Amino acid sequence: MSGLSIDRVGVSLLGHRVLDDVTLTIPGGHWLTVVGPNGAGKSTLLRAIAGVLAHDGRVELDGVRLGDLGSRQRARTVAVVPQEPARPEGMAVVDYVLLGRTPYVPYLGIESATDLAIVGDLLDTLELREMAERPVTSLSSGEFQRTVLARALAQEAPLLLLDEPTSSLDLGHAQQVLELVDQMRSQRGLTVISALHDLTTAGQFADSMVLLVAGAVVAEGSASEVLTEELIAAHYGARVRVIDDPGGGLVVIPLRGQVRQDTP
Amino acid sequence: MTTPSPLPTKTEDAPPLQPVRLPWRWLVGSVALLVAVVLVAMAVGPAGLSPSAIAIQLLNYLPGVHLDGGLNELESAVLWELRAPRVVLAMLVGAMLAVAGAGYQGVFRNPLADPYLLGVAAGAGLGATVAIVSGTDHHSLVPVAAFVGGVAGVAATYALGRGVGGRDTNTLILAGVAVAAFLTAVQTYVNQRNSDSLREVYGWILGRFLTAGWRDVVIVLPYIVVALAVILAHRRLLDVLSVGQYEAGSLGVPAARVRLVVVLAATLGTAAAVAVSGLIGFVGIVVPHIVRLLAGSSYRIVLPLSAILGAAFLVSADLVARTIVAPGELPVGVVTAFIGAPFFTLVLRTTRSR
Repeated sequence: MSGLSIDRVGVSLLGHRVLDDVTLTIPGGHWLTVVGPNGAGKSTLLRAIAGVLAHDGRVELDGVRLGDLGSRQRARTVAVVPQEPARPEGMAVVDYVLLGRTPYVPYLGIESATDLAIVGDLLDTLELREMAERPVTSLSSGEFQRTVLARALAQEAPLLLLDEPTSSLDLGHAQQVLELVDQMRSQRGLTVISALHDLTTAGQFADSMVLLVAGAVVAEGSASEVLTEELIAAHYGARVRVIDDPGGGLVVIPLRGQVRQDTP
Repeated sequence: MTTPSPLPTKTEDAPPLQPVRLPWRWLVGSVALLVAVVLVAMAVGPAGLSPSAIAIQLLNYLPGVHLDGGLNELESAVLWELRAPRVVLAMLVGAMLAVAGAGYQGVFRNPLADPYLLGVAAGAGLGATVAIVSGTDHHSLVPVAAFVGGVAGVAATYALGRGVGGRDTNTLILAGVAVAAFLTAVQTYVNQRNSDSLREVYGWILGRFLTAGWRDVVIVLPYIVVALAVILAHRRLLDVLSVGQYEAGSLGVPAARVRLVVVLAATLGTAAAVAVSGLIGFVGIVVPHIVRLLAGSSYRIVLPLSAILGAAFLVSADLVARTIVAPGELPVGVVTAFIGAPFFTLVLRTTRSR
């Protein structure tokens, strides 16, 4: 079938089961957002899907098992925007984005004119052309996050994984990055899986959601099925009110004061 | 979109992208510096030879060139049998140590890594010490023992790192510290039991090209050429590794394999270099740092320029070593450390104040 199928994926670290038999199906071109409290295993799940972490179970994209791919072929299939990407000292934006072409460059070879053209287009699309020669260490958080996204898109992979892509961004820059991802998703037909902290934003930018708690899926479905006051109270230990926004989407508001036990 | 537009498109408008490349002016400049240093080193010594005569002599080896004003037969012998092999050996060792240092800094993502990090120096030191105190035919045995000891030291570090189950770079570096401490302790014990050969052991440890002949050059040449070629071929991959092993992995580069290949090449090359030169310090840290500060931090720049400038640096250091207290000689390792230690402090200061 077209899309991503995750079948009983589990990860053990130091004898501890941090991800337990996660099974999910994501149709091609959809955006799945994984939410859950700290330590729920969101990053672990993304790393397992990306193939940089040893795991059991199967991850298949369009019927091809990712575990069977070599490292280069896998990098052409799955691209990752990590949670805290390294900023290499002295590396210019253009060279950083060119790193995304690594799976297409011969092992001991050098990037081709095609690689450079692809990177040039991405720099234009993500409005990074102006700062192409600047070192990545001099960029603001928002500029750097766009640069990291450009590197991931340069991999031209059909599956894009985003691990807390907005955690260091203010509201405006967070929106901008997520809108860019959504635009790329619809233009290129990418399948997107993201881990997000902010529940309201998560609900806005997802075709479907998964609530992960202690390494296991406790709820999945549309935003309104996953973002309920009961589930959030039970698994985040947080008191919130969830409001249907007339403009579409849900708004999750943290509350102060007594826990309301009589919430319908 | 199919109709031609009179307006220039965005891509035509934008300046062309300039990905990182080795700057020509730096390449030409550092080669010129190396040539100049080599000519001076060939010319200076107890028997003074003029650089212009040496240049003419060298040009005369080109087919179809016949110039007057070259060297006489005795001068020619001094040049070819005494000075040339020493200068060539210093070039090879300097290039190797600088490139091995840069390679280690790349795979360990640590600017303070040096080519001796994983025990090659401690192993070579023990091997050479054992060979010297055993009192047999030194000249042929010491380099072999040093080479074998150096390679064995790094092999022990890898085995220990694997043995304790760590696959990350820090485990490997800590294993290197443990192996070096152990081998150095054994070497100290051997020295203490054989204090009569201490002077000779220290002479080797401090580094020297005193007895260098073409034979030494021929022995180390294949190791160093292959090691340099392998590490230089990894220059783009070392740039990829600068984002860390997880991110490199998601970009399709198996960090552990790249690290193994670079360390293997650096170890064979470094072990060959120290086998004929002794333990010359600081070249592997100082030269790549100068290049980073001046020309850029991409390994496409650092590796080739480190090779050329490492060669120039060690030829100069050896020139100072054999002239400053003439007719005596300083150990070349003392000269490199004399320049290297203050520079190292300076690098630490500037990086910390940033």
